[in-house]
Amino acid sequence: MTHKRLLETESHWRTRVGKAFLSDRVVLHGLDLHRDLGDSNWIRLYLHAILGRDPGEKVAALLESYWVSTAYPDPSIWPNHVTALAASARSTPSLSLMAGLSVSEASIYGRRPEVRALDFFYRAGEHCDAGGALEDFVEREKAAGRNLYGYGRPLAKTDERIPFMMDKAREYGFAGGRYLKMSFDVYEYLNARYGFSMNVAALHAGLAADIGLTCQQYQLFLTPCFVTGMVPCYQDTMARPEGSFFPVRCESVVYEGPPKRDWFDDTATAG
Amino acid sequence: MSSEYKYHSKIWLEEAEPENPFAAKACYCSGYDVYGQILPNAGWFDYLLLMFLGERPSPQSSRLMEKLAIALANPGPREASVRAGMNAGVAGTNHSSALMAALAVGAGQYGGAQEVVECVKLWQSCSTDLDRWTRALTNPDAPEFADIWLPMEHAPGFDPNGDVTPTPVKQVLNHLAEIAPSDGALCWLAAHRTDLESRVGYPLAMSGVASAAFVDLGFNPDQASMLYLIMRLPGAAAHALEQWDMGWKKFPYYGPAVELEPSADTIAESAEQDGEGQ
Repeated sequence: MTHKRLLETESHWRTRVGKAFLSDRVVLHGLDLHRDLGDSNWIRLYLHAILGRDPGEKVAALLESYWVSTAYPDPSIWPNHVTALAASARSTPSLSLMAGLSVSEASIYGRRPEVRALDFFYRAGEHCDAGGALEDFVEREKAAGRNLYGYGRPLAKTDERIPFMMDKAREYGFAGGRYLKMSFDVYEYLNARYGFSMNVAALHAGLAADIGLTCQQYQLFLTPCFVTGMVPCYQDTMARPEGSFFPVRCESVVYEGPPKRDWFDDTATAG
Repeated sequence: MSSEYKYHSKIWLEEAEPENPFAAKACYCSGYDVYGQILPNAGWFDYLLLMFLGERPSPQSSRLMEKLAIALANPGPREASVRAGMNAGVAGTNHSSALMAALAVGAGQYGGAQEVVECVKLWQSCSTDLDRWTRALTNPDAPEFADIWLPMEHAPGFDPNGDVTPTPVKQVLNHLAEIAPSDGALCWLAAHRTDLESRVGYPLAMSGVASAAFVDLGFNPDQASMLYLIMRLPGAAAHALEQWDMGWKKFPYYGPAVELEPSADTIAESAEQDGEGQ
Protein backbone atom coordinates (compact mmCIF):
# COMPACT_ATOMS: atom_id res chain seq x y z
CA MET A 1 0.00 0.00 0.00
CA THR A 2 1.01 3.59 -0.24
CA HIS A 3 0.37 7.08 1.01
CA LYS A 4 -0.85 8.05 -2.46
CA ARG A 5 -4.44 7.17 -1.64
CA LEU A 6 -4.31 9.90 1.03
CA LEU A 7 -3.70 12.54 -1.64
CA GLU A 8 -7.23 12.04 -3.01
CA THR A 9 -8.90 13.13 0.21
CA GLU A 10 -6.36 15.60 1.56
CA SER A 11 -8.41 18.61 0.45
CA HIS A 12 -11.51 17.06 -1.09
CA TRP A 13 -14.27 14.89 0.40
CA ARG A 14 -16.86 13.78 -2.14
CA THR A 15 -19.95 12.35 -0.50
CA ARG A 16 -23.53 11.29 -1.00
CA VAL A 17 -24.71 11.44 2.62
CA GLY A 18 -25.37 15.14 2.78
CA LYS A 19 -24.08 18.64 3.32
CA ALA A 20 -24.95 21.84 5.10
CA PHE A 21 -25.12 24.65 2.57
CA LEU A 22 -25.10 27.32 5.26
CA SER A 23 -27.59 30.16 4.80
CA ASP A 24 -29.29 28.11 2.07
CA ARG A 25 -30.27 24.47 2.69
CA VAL A 26 -29.24 21.25 4.39
CA VAL A 27 -29.31 17.98 2.47
CA LEU A 28 -29.59 14.62 4.20
CA HIS A 29 -29.53 11.50 2.04
CA GLY A 30 -30.86 13.41 -0.94
CA LEU A 31 -33.64 15.23 0.90
CA ASP A 32 -33.91 18.80 2.15
CA LEU A 33 -33.82 18.64 5.93
CA HIS A 34 -36.23 21.49 6.54
CA ARG A 35 -38.46 21.20 3.45
CA ASP A 36 -38.76 17.42 3.09
CA LEU A 37 -38.01 16.08 6.56
CA GLY A 38 -39.15 18.96 8.72
CA ASP A 39 -42.33 17.23 9.86
CA SER A 40 -40.58 14.01 10.85
CA ASN A 41 -40.32 13.15 14.52
CA TRP A 42 -36.78 12.96 15.83
CA ILE A 43 -36.47 9.17 16.16
CA ARG A 44 -37.75 8.65 12.62
CA LEU A 45 -35.27 11.22 11.35
CA TYR A 46 -32.48 9.54 13.33
CA LEU A 47 -33.36 6.22 11.72
CA HIS A 48 -33.48 7.92 8.32
CA ALA A 49 -29.96 9.20 8.95
CA ILE A 50 -28.77 5.69 9.90
CA LEU A 51 -30.52 3.76 7.13
CA GLY A 52 -30.27 6.32 4.35
CA ARG A 53 -34.00 6.03 3.78
CA ASP A 54 -37.26 6.58 5.59
CA PRO A 55 -37.83 3.58 7.88
CA GLY A 56 -41.60 4.00 7.67
CA GLU A 57 -43.97 4.93 10.44
CA LYS A 58 -44.37 1.48 11.98
CA VAL A 59 -40.66 0.59 12.07
CA ALA A 60 -39.90 3.98 13.60
CA ALA A 61 -42.66 3.56 16.18
CA LEU A 62 -41.52 0.06 17.11
CA LEU A 63 -37.88 1.08 17.45
CA GLU A 64 -38.80 4.19 19.41
CA SER A 65 -40.41 1.87 21.93
CA TYR A 66 -36.95 0.32 22.53
CA TRP A 67 -35.88 3.71 23.87
CA VAL A 68 -39.06 4.12 25.87
CA SER A 69 -38.72 0.66 27.39
CA THR A 70 -35.18 1.34 28.62
CA ALA A 71 -35.68 4.85 30.03
CA TYR A 72 -35.03 3.78 33.63
CA PRO A 73 -34.40 6.73 35.96
CA ASP A 74 -32.59 4.59 38.50
CA PRO A 75 -29.09 5.56 39.63
CA SER A 76 -28.23 1.99 40.58
CA ILE A 77 -28.12 1.13 36.87
CA TRP A 78 -24.45 1.43 36.01
CA PRO A 79 -24.50 4.00 33.17
CA ASN A 80 -26.90 6.14 35.23
CA HIS A 81 -24.62 5.68 38.22
CA VAL A 82 -21.76 7.22 36.25
CA THR A 83 -23.96 10.17 35.32
CA ALA A 84 -25.00 10.60 38.95
CA LEU A 85 -21.38 10.46 40.11
CA ALA A 86 -20.59 13.19 37.60
CA ALA A 87 -23.44 15.28 38.99
CA SER A 88 -22.30 14.60 42.55
CA ALA A 89 -18.86 15.87 41.53
CA ARG A 90 -20.62 18.86 39.93
CA SER A 91 -19.71 18.16 36.33
CA THR A 92 -21.66 19.58 33.39
CA PRO A 93 -24.73 18.04 31.71
CA SER A 94 -22.91 17.17 28.48
CA LEU A 95 -19.96 15.59 30.22
CA SER A 96 -22.19 13.68 32.62
CA LEU A 97 -24.55 12.32 29.96
CA MET A 98 -21.78 11.49 27.49
CA ALA A 99 -19.84 9.63 30.18
CA GLY A 100 -22.94 7.59 30.94
CA LEU A 101 -23.59 6.90 27.28
CA SER A 102 -20.02 5.91 26.52
CA VAL A 103 -19.96 3.28 29.27
CA SER A 104 -23.16 1.84 27.80
CA GLU A 105 -20.96 0.16 25.19
CA ALA A 106 -20.24 -2.52 27.78
CA SER A 107 -19.66 -6.26 27.63
CA ILE A 108 -22.23 -7.47 30.15
CA TYR A 109 -25.02 -5.05 29.25
CA GLY A 110 -25.72 -2.54 26.51
CA ARG A 111 -24.10 -2.45 23.11
CA ARG A 112 -21.90 -5.56 22.98
CA PRO A 113 -24.64 -8.00 24.08
CA GLU A 114 -27.09 -6.28 21.73
CA VAL A 115 -24.79 -6.58 18.73
CA ARG A 116 -23.86 -10.15 19.57
CA ALA A 117 -27.50 -11.11 20.05
CA LEU A 118 -28.50 -9.72 16.64
CA ASP A 119 -25.55 -11.47 14.99
CA PHE A 120 -26.51 -14.70 16.78
CA PHE A 121 -29.98 -14.67 15.22
CA TYR A 122 -28.67 -13.95 11.73
CA ARG A 123 -26.17 -16.79 12.00
CA ALA A 124 -28.83 -19.08 13.47
CA GLY A 125 -31.07 -18.20 10.53
CA GLU A 126 -28.32 -19.17 8.07
CA HIS A 127 -27.82 -22.43 9.94
CA CYS A 128 -31.53 -23.24 9.73
CA ASP A 129 -31.70 -22.18 6.06
CA ALA A 130 -28.99 -24.77 5.37
CA GLY A 131 -31.19 -27.44 6.91
CA GLY A 132 -29.77 -27.43 10.43
CA ALA A 133 -31.75 -27.56 13.65
CA LEU A 134 -31.92 -24.46 15.84
CA GLU A 135 -31.14 -26.51 18.95
CA ASP A 136 -27.94 -27.80 17.35
CA PHE A 137 -26.84 -24.26 16.59
CA VAL A 138 -27.48 -23.20 20.18
CA GLU A 139 -25.51 -26.15 21.50
CA ARG A 140 -22.66 -25.44 19.10
CA GLU A 141 -22.45 -21.86 20.36
CA LYS A 142 -22.48 -23.04 23.96
CA ALA A 143 -19.83 -25.66 23.24
CA ALA A 144 -17.63 -22.94 21.71
CA GLY A 145 -17.83 -21.15 25.06
CA ARG A 146 -19.81 -18.22 23.71
CA ASN A 147 -22.26 -16.27 25.81
CA LEU A 148 -25.82 -16.52 24.56
CA TYR A 149 -26.58 -12.85 24.93
CA GLY A 150 -30.19 -12.11 25.77
CA TYR A 151 -30.60 -15.26 27.84
CA GLY A 152 -30.06 -15.25 31.59
CA ARG A 153 -29.95 -11.93 33.44
CA PRO A 154 -27.52 -10.96 36.17
CA LEU A 155 -29.87 -9.11 38.52
CA ALA A 156 -33.41 -10.34 37.87
CA LYS A 157 -35.25 -13.51 36.92
CA THR A 158 -37.85 -11.94 34.70
CA ASP A 159 -37.79 -8.91 32.45
CA GLU A 160 -40.67 -6.47 32.67
CA ARG A 161 -39.78 -5.07 29.25
CA ILE A 162 -40.74 -8.26 27.44
CA PRO A 163 -44.56 -7.96 27.79
CA PHE A 164 -44.28 -4.23 27.03
CA MET A 165 -42.33 -4.91 23.85
CA MET A 166 -44.62 -7.75 22.80
CA ASP A 167 -47.57 -5.38 23.07
CA LYS A 168 -45.72 -2.93 20.85
CA ALA A 169 -44.76 -5.68 18.39
CA ARG A 170 -48.42 -6.65 18.08
CA GLU A 171 -49.55 -3.01 17.84
CA TYR A 172 -47.18 -2.23 14.98
CA GLY A 173 -47.52 -5.55 13.14
CA PHE A 174 -44.24 -7.25 13.98
CA ALA A 175 -45.48 -10.07 16.22
CA GLY A 176 -45.26 -12.76 13.55
CA GLY A 177 -41.68 -12.33 12.38
CA ARG A 178 -39.29 -15.23 11.87
CA TYR A 179 -36.57 -13.98 14.20
CA LEU A 180 -38.94 -12.89 16.94
CA LYS A 181 -40.31 -16.44 16.94
CA MET A 182 -36.75 -17.74 16.93
CA SER A 183 -35.92 -15.65 20.02
CA PHE A 184 -38.70 -17.43 21.90
CA ASP A 185 -37.79 -20.84 20.47
CA VAL A 186 -34.25 -20.40 21.78
CA TYR A 187 -35.66 -19.39 25.15
CA GLU A 188 -37.94 -22.42 25.32
CA TYR A 189 -35.03 -24.70 24.58
CA LEU A 190 -32.58 -23.04 27.00
CA ASN A 191 -35.19 -22.75 29.73
CA ALA A 192 -36.22 -26.40 29.46
CA ARG A 193 -32.67 -27.70 29.30
CA TYR A 194 -30.68 -25.23 31.43
CA GLY A 195 -33.22 -23.12 33.30
CA PHE A 196 -32.15 -19.94 31.50
CA SER A 197 -34.37 -16.87 31.56
CA MET A 198 -34.78 -14.47 28.67
CA ASN A 199 -34.24 -10.74 28.75
CA VAL A 200 -35.33 -8.02 26.42
CA ALA A 201 -31.99 -8.00 24.54
CA ALA A 202 -33.03 -11.25 22.84
CA LEU A 203 -36.48 -9.95 21.97
CA HIS A 204 -35.09 -6.59 20.79
CA ALA A 205 -32.53 -8.37 18.62
CA GLY A 206 -35.15 -10.71 17.17
CA LEU A 207 -37.32 -7.78 16.17
CA ALA A 208 -34.32 -5.88 14.79
CA ALA A 209 -33.45 -8.93 12.69
CA ASP A 210 -37.02 -9.04 11.36
CA ILE A 211 -36.64 -5.38 10.40
CA GLY A 212 -33.32 -6.25 8.73
CA LEU A 213 -30.96 -3.93 10.60
CA THR A 214 -27.26 -4.64 10.27
CA CYS A 215 -25.25 -4.98 13.46
CA GLN A 216 -23.73 -1.55 12.98
CA GLN A 217 -27.08 0.09 12.22
CA TYR A 218 -28.44 -1.51 15.37
CA GLN A 219 -25.46 -0.30 17.42
CA LEU A 220 -25.86 3.23 16.09
CA PHE A 221 -29.57 3.28 16.81
CA LEU A 222 -29.21 2.05 20.38
CA THR A 223 -26.20 4.16 21.36
CA PRO A 224 -28.18 7.07 22.85
CA CYS A 225 -31.06 4.95 24.17
CA PHE A 226 -30.28 5.13 27.92
CA VAL A 227 -30.02 8.92 27.92
CA THR A 228 -33.61 9.57 28.99
CA GLY A 229 -33.11 7.64 32.22
CA MET A 230 -29.88 9.47 32.95
CA VAL A 231 -31.37 12.95 32.95
CA PRO A 232 -33.45 12.59 36.14
CA CYS A 233 -30.47 10.93 37.85
CA TYR A 234 -28.35 13.93 36.97
CA GLN A 235 -30.95 16.42 38.17
CA ASP A 236 -31.71 14.54 41.37
CA THR A 237 -28.04 14.32 42.33
CA MET A 238 -27.39 17.93 41.39
CA ALA A 239 -30.11 18.99 43.82
CA ARG A 240 -28.33 17.26 46.73
CA PRO A 241 -25.15 18.36 48.53
CA GLU A 242 -22.00 17.91 46.50
CA GLY A 243 -20.24 14.61 47.05
CA SER A 244 -23.32 13.06 48.64
CA PHE A 245 -24.11 10.34 46.06
CA PHE A 246 -23.41 7.05 47.88
CA PRO A 247 -20.16 8.23 49.50
CA VAL A 248 -17.64 5.49 50.27
CA ARG A 249 -15.89 5.31 53.62
CA CYS A 250 -12.29 4.11 53.74
CA GLU A 251 -13.16 0.74 55.25
CA SER A 252 -15.66 0.07 52.44
CA VAL A 253 -12.75 -0.51 50.09
CA VAL A 254 -11.95 -4.09 50.98
CA TYR A 255 -8.25 -4.68 50.43
CA GLU A 256 -7.19 -8.02 48.99
CA GLY A 257 -3.59 -7.25 48.00
CA PRO A 258 -0.14 -7.80 49.45
CA PRO A 259 0.53 -6.89 53.10
CA LYS A 260 2.14 -3.59 54.02
CA ARG A 261 5.80 -3.49 52.99
CA ASP A 262 8.80 -1.20 52.97
CA TRP A 263 9.73 0.64 49.74
CA PHE A 264 13.43 -0.04 50.43
CA ASP A 265 13.01 -3.77 50.89
CA ASP A 266 14.85 -5.03 47.79
CA THR A 267 13.39 -8.52 48.04
CA ALA A 268 10.12 -7.11 46.70
CA THR A 269 11.51 -5.72 43.43
CA ALA A 270 10.03 -7.01 40.15
CA GLY A 271 12.28 -8.00 37.27
CA MET B 1 -22.05 1.94 61.68
CA SER B 2 -20.80 1.17 58.22
CA SER B 3 -22.21 0.51 54.78
CA GLU B 4 -23.10 -2.89 53.38
CA TYR B 5 -21.82 -1.71 50.00
CA LYS B 6 -18.16 -2.61 49.52
CA TYR B 7 -15.64 -2.23 46.75
CA HIS B 8 -12.84 -4.78 46.49
CA SER B 9 -9.29 -3.99 45.46
CA LYS B 10 -5.94 -5.76 45.26
CA ILE B 11 -4.28 -2.39 44.62
CA TRP B 12 -5.49 0.04 47.23
CA LEU B 13 -5.77 0.09 51.01
CA GLU B 14 -6.92 3.10 53.00
CA GLU B 15 -6.94 3.74 56.73
CA ALA B 16 -9.33 6.40 57.96
CA GLU B 17 -8.67 9.48 60.05
CA PRO B 18 -10.15 8.82 63.52
CA GLU B 19 -12.43 11.85 63.22
CA ASN B 20 -13.85 11.07 59.74
CA PRO B 21 -14.39 7.64 58.20
CA PHE B 22 -14.58 9.28 54.75
CA ALA B 23 -11.08 10.82 54.95
CA ALA B 24 -7.93 8.75 54.60
CA LYS B 25 -5.12 8.99 57.13
CA ALA B 26 -2.89 6.68 55.07
CA CYS B 27 -3.10 5.10 51.61
CA TYR B 28 -1.18 2.04 50.47
CA CYS B 29 -0.61 0.96 46.88
CA SER B 30 0.13 -2.77 46.68
CA GLY B 31 1.35 -2.57 50.24
CA TYR B 32 3.54 0.55 49.93
CA ASP B 33 2.72 3.75 51.82
CA VAL B 34 1.80 6.18 49.02
CA TYR B 35 2.26 9.50 50.80
CA GLY B 36 4.79 8.32 53.39
CA GLN B 37 7.25 6.41 51.17
CA ILE B 38 6.33 6.43 47.47
CA LEU B 39 5.91 10.20 47.21
CA PRO B 40 9.38 11.08 48.56
CA ASN B 41 11.25 8.14 47.09
CA ALA B 42 9.69 6.94 43.80
CA GLY B 43 9.48 8.33 40.32
CA TRP B 44 6.21 8.74 38.43
CA PHE B 45 6.95 5.66 36.32
CA ASP B 46 7.94 3.55 39.31
CA TYR B 47 4.54 4.38 40.73
CA LEU B 48 2.65 3.72 37.47
CA LEU B 49 4.28 0.32 37.05
CA LEU B 50 3.57 -0.54 40.67
CA MET B 51 -0.07 0.48 40.25
CA PHE B 52 -0.63 -1.63 37.13
CA LEU B 53 1.59 -4.62 37.85
CA GLY B 54 1.49 -4.80 41.63
CA GLU B 55 5.23 -4.94 42.22
CA ARG B 56 7.92 -2.31 42.63
CA PRO B 57 9.62 -2.19 39.22
CA SER B 58 13.28 -2.57 38.40
CA PRO B 59 15.13 0.63 37.42
CA GLN B 60 15.38 -0.78 33.87
CA SER B 61 11.60 -1.15 33.61
CA SER B 62 10.96 2.35 34.94
CA ARG B 63 13.46 3.79 32.47
CA LEU B 64 11.86 1.92 29.57
CA MET B 65 8.42 3.12 30.68
CA GLU B 66 9.61 6.73 30.91
CA LYS B 67 11.19 6.65 27.46
CA LEU B 68 8.04 5.07 26.01
CA ALA B 69 5.99 7.83 27.63
CA ILE B 70 8.18 10.46 25.97
CA ALA B 71 7.84 8.72 22.62
CA LEU B 72 4.05 8.64 22.88
CA ALA B 73 3.39 11.92 24.69
CA ASN B 74 2.68 13.96 21.60
CA PRO B 75 1.74 12.28 18.33
CA GLY B 76 1.54 15.81 16.89
CA PRO B 77 -1.29 17.90 15.46
CA ARG B 78 -1.66 15.77 12.31
CA GLU B 79 -2.60 12.68 14.29
CA ALA B 80 -6.32 11.98 14.56
CA SER B 81 -6.67 11.94 18.36
CA VAL B 82 -4.72 15.17 18.75
CA ARG B 83 -6.75 16.74 15.94
CA ALA B 84 -9.89 15.74 17.81
CA GLY B 85 -8.58 17.46 20.93
CA MET B 86 -7.69 20.52 18.88
CA ASN B 87 -11.11 20.53 17.28
CA ALA B 88 -12.55 20.65 20.77
CA GLY B 89 -10.07 23.16 22.10
CA VAL B 90 -10.39 25.68 19.31
CA ALA B 91 -14.06 26.18 20.14
CA GLY B 92 -13.39 26.66 23.82
CA THR B 93 -15.10 23.53 25.01
CA ASN B 94 -14.53 21.89 28.39
CA HIS B 95 -11.05 20.55 28.99
CA SER B 96 -12.59 17.17 29.69
CA SER B 97 -14.45 17.27 26.38
CA ALA B 98 -11.18 17.81 24.55
CA LEU B 99 -9.61 14.85 26.31
CA MET B 100 -12.73 12.71 25.85
CA ALA B 101 -12.60 13.50 22.13
CA ALA B 102 -8.91 12.59 22.01
CA LEU B 103 -9.58 9.38 23.92
CA ALA B 104 -12.50 8.31 21.71
CA VAL B 105 -10.59 8.91 18.50
CA GLY B 106 -7.35 7.56 19.95
CA ALA B 107 -9.16 4.39 20.95
CA GLY B 108 -9.51 3.25 17.36
CA GLN B 109 -8.08 0.39 15.37
CA TYR B 110 -6.03 2.58 13.02
CA GLY B 111 -3.15 3.83 15.12
CA GLY B 112 -5.17 3.80 18.35
CA ALA B 113 -5.49 1.76 21.50
CA GLN B 114 -7.55 -1.03 19.95
CA GLU B 115 -4.73 -1.60 17.49
CA VAL B 116 -2.39 -1.97 20.47
CA VAL B 117 -4.79 -4.50 21.98
CA GLU B 118 -4.70 -6.57 18.80
CA CYS B 119 -0.94 -6.23 18.50
CA VAL B 120 -0.22 -7.30 22.09
CA LYS B 121 -2.53 -10.28 21.56
CA LEU B 122 -0.39 -11.20 18.56
CA TRP B 123 2.71 -11.04 20.74
CA GLN B 124 1.01 -13.43 23.14
CA SER B 125 0.21 -15.91 20.37
CA CYS B 126 3.24 -15.47 18.08
CA SER B 127 6.00 -14.59 20.54
CA THR B 128 9.23 -14.46 18.51
CA ASP B 129 8.20 -16.97 15.87
CA LEU B 130 8.61 -15.27 12.49
CA ASP B 131 6.48 -17.78 10.62
CA ARG B 132 3.61 -17.36 13.06
CA TRP B 133 3.87 -13.59 12.78
CA THR B 134 3.82 -13.81 9.01
CA ARG B 135 0.68 -15.94 9.01
CA ALA B 136 -1.08 -13.77 11.57
CA LEU B 137 -0.22 -10.50 9.84
CA THR B 138 -0.80 -11.50 6.24
CA ASN B 139 -3.57 -14.06 6.53
CA PRO B 140 -5.53 -13.41 9.75
CA ASP B 141 -8.45 -15.61 10.72
CA ALA B 142 -11.81 -14.06 9.86
CA PRO B 143 -13.90 -13.31 12.97
CA GLU B 144 -16.60 -15.91 13.53
CA PHE B 145 -19.10 -13.42 14.90
CA ALA B 146 -19.86 -9.71 14.92
CA ASP B 147 -18.69 -7.37 17.66
CA ILE B 148 -18.78 -3.69 18.56
CA TRP B 149 -15.31 -3.58 16.98
CA LEU B 150 -15.18 -4.35 13.28
CA PRO B 151 -12.50 -6.66 11.89
CA MET B 152 -9.05 -5.09 11.53
CA GLU B 153 -8.49 -3.64 8.06
CA HIS B 154 -4.70 -3.86 8.20
CA ALA B 155 -1.88 -5.73 9.93
CA PRO B 156 -1.83 -4.56 13.58
CA GLY B 157 1.21 -2.44 14.39
CA PHE B 158 1.85 -1.47 10.79
CA ASP B 159 0.70 1.52 8.74
CA PRO B 160 -1.24 0.69 5.57
CA ASN B 161 -0.90 4.29 4.41
CA GLY B 162 2.88 4.20 4.66
CA ASP B 163 5.61 3.67 2.10
CA VAL B 164 8.75 3.85 4.21
CA THR B 165 9.31 3.49 7.93
CA PRO B 166 9.18 7.01 9.38
CA THR B 167 12.44 8.04 10.98
CA PRO B 168 10.89 8.69 14.43
CA VAL B 169 9.47 5.14 14.45
CA LYS B 170 12.97 3.77 13.78
CA GLN B 171 14.51 6.13 16.33
CA VAL B 172 12.06 5.09 19.03
CA LEU B 173 12.42 1.39 18.24
CA ASN B 174 16.21 1.57 18.25
CA HIS B 175 16.41 3.58 21.46
CA LEU B 176 13.89 1.47 23.34
CA ALA B 177 15.58 -1.73 22.15
CA GLU B 178 18.87 -0.44 23.58
CA ILE B 179 17.41 -0.22 27.08
CA ALA B 180 15.04 -3.21 26.84
CA PRO B 181 15.78 -6.83 27.76
CA SER B 182 18.01 -8.36 25.07
CA ASP B 183 15.74 -11.39 24.74
CA GLY B 184 12.52 -9.35 24.65
CA ALA B 185 10.00 -8.17 22.09
CA LEU B 186 11.63 -4.83 21.26
CA CYS B 187 15.01 -6.36 20.43
CA TRP B 188 13.37 -9.08 18.35
CA LEU B 189 11.27 -6.48 16.52
CA ALA B 190 14.32 -4.31 15.85
CA ALA B 191 16.15 -7.34 14.43
CA HIS B 192 13.23 -8.47 12.24
CA ARG B 193 11.58 -5.16 11.34
CA THR B 194 12.58 -5.03 7.67
CA ASP B 195 11.73 -8.69 7.18
CA LEU B 196 8.27 -8.22 8.70
CA GLU B 197 7.69 -5.04 6.72
CA SER B 198 8.49 -6.73 3.44
CA ARG B 199 6.14 -9.60 4.27
CA VAL B 200 3.32 -7.26 5.33
CA GLY B 201 3.88 -4.85 2.45
CA TYR B 202 3.91 -1.66 4.45
CA PRO B 203 5.98 -0.17 7.27
CA LEU B 204 5.97 -0.54 11.03
CA ALA B 205 3.96 2.09 12.92
CA MET B 206 4.50 3.69 16.32
CA SER B 207 1.64 1.55 17.66
CA GLY B 208 3.69 -1.53 16.80
CA VAL B 209 6.74 -0.24 18.63
CA ALA B 210 4.62 0.72 21.65
CA SER B 211 3.02 -2.72 21.70
CA ALA B 212 6.40 -4.43 21.83
CA ALA B 213 7.45 -2.11 24.66
CA PHE B 214 4.29 -2.93 26.60
CA VAL B 215 5.05 -6.63 26.14
CA ASP B 216 8.59 -6.17 27.46
CA LEU B 217 7.18 -4.29 30.46
CA GLY B 218 4.89 -7.20 31.26
CA PHE B 219 1.53 -5.67 30.40
CA ASN B 220 -1.43 -7.63 29.06
CA PRO B 221 -3.54 -6.24 26.18
CA ASP B 222 -5.99 -4.41 28.47
CA GLN B 223 -3.25 -2.77 30.52
CA ALA B 224 -1.36 -1.82 27.37
CA SER B 225 -4.50 -0.23 25.91
CA MET B 226 -5.16 1.86 29.02
CA LEU B 227 -1.58 3.10 29.23
CA TYR B 228 -1.41 3.87 25.51
CA LEU B 229 -4.57 5.98 25.89
CA ILE B 230 -3.14 7.81 28.90
CA MET B 231 0.33 8.31 27.48
CA ARG B 232 -0.89 10.03 24.31
CA LEU B 233 -3.08 12.56 26.12
CA PRO B 234 -0.44 15.21 26.96
CA GLY B 235 -0.05 16.24 23.33
CA ALA B 236 -3.80 16.36 22.79
CA ALA B 237 -4.17 18.55 25.89
CA ALA B 238 -1.37 20.93 24.97
CA HIS B 239 -2.55 21.33 21.38
CA ALA B 240 -6.18 21.77 22.45
CA LEU B 241 -5.19 24.68 24.66
CA GLU B 242 -2.89 26.02 21.99
CA GLN B 243 -5.68 26.17 19.43
CA TRP B 244 -7.95 28.10 21.76
CA ASP B 245 -5.18 30.66 22.16
CA MET B 246 -4.49 30.59 18.42
CA GLY B 247 -8.11 31.37 17.60
CA TRP B 248 -10.68 29.79 15.33
CA LYS B 249 -9.85 31.99 12.36
CA LYS B 250 -6.57 30.15 11.95
CA PHE B 251 -8.19 26.76 12.25
CA PRO B 252 -9.14 24.89 9.06
CA TYR B 253 -12.78 24.91 8.06
CA TYR B 254 -13.35 22.15 5.53
CA GLY B 255 -16.73 23.40 4.26
CA PRO B 256 -15.56 24.15 0.72
CA ALA B 257 -13.74 20.80 0.60
CA VAL B 258 -16.92 18.78 1.15
CA GLU B 259 -18.56 18.14 -2.20
CA LEU B 260 -22.04 16.68 -2.35
CA GLU B 261 -22.40 14.49 -5.41
CA PRO B 262 -24.86 16.25 -7.72
CA SER B 263 -27.08 13.17 -7.95
CA ALA B 264 -27.49 13.28 -4.14
CA ASP B 265 -28.36 16.96 -4.02
CA THR B 266 -31.84 18.40 -3.73
CA ILE B 267 -31.08 21.14 -6.25
CA ALA B 268 -30.80 18.58 -9.06
CA GLU B 269 -34.07 17.03 -7.96
CA SER B 270 -35.78 20.45 -7.85
CA ALA B 271 -34.45 21.33 -11.30
CA GLU B 272 -35.83 18.07 -12.69
CA GLN B 273 -39.21 18.72 -11.12
CA ASP B 274 -39.23 22.30 -12.46
CA GLY B 275 -38.37 21.00 -15.93
CA GLU B 276 -41.14 18.43 -15.81
CA GLY B 277 -43.65 21.08 -14.84
CA GLN B 278 -42.86 23.36 -17.75
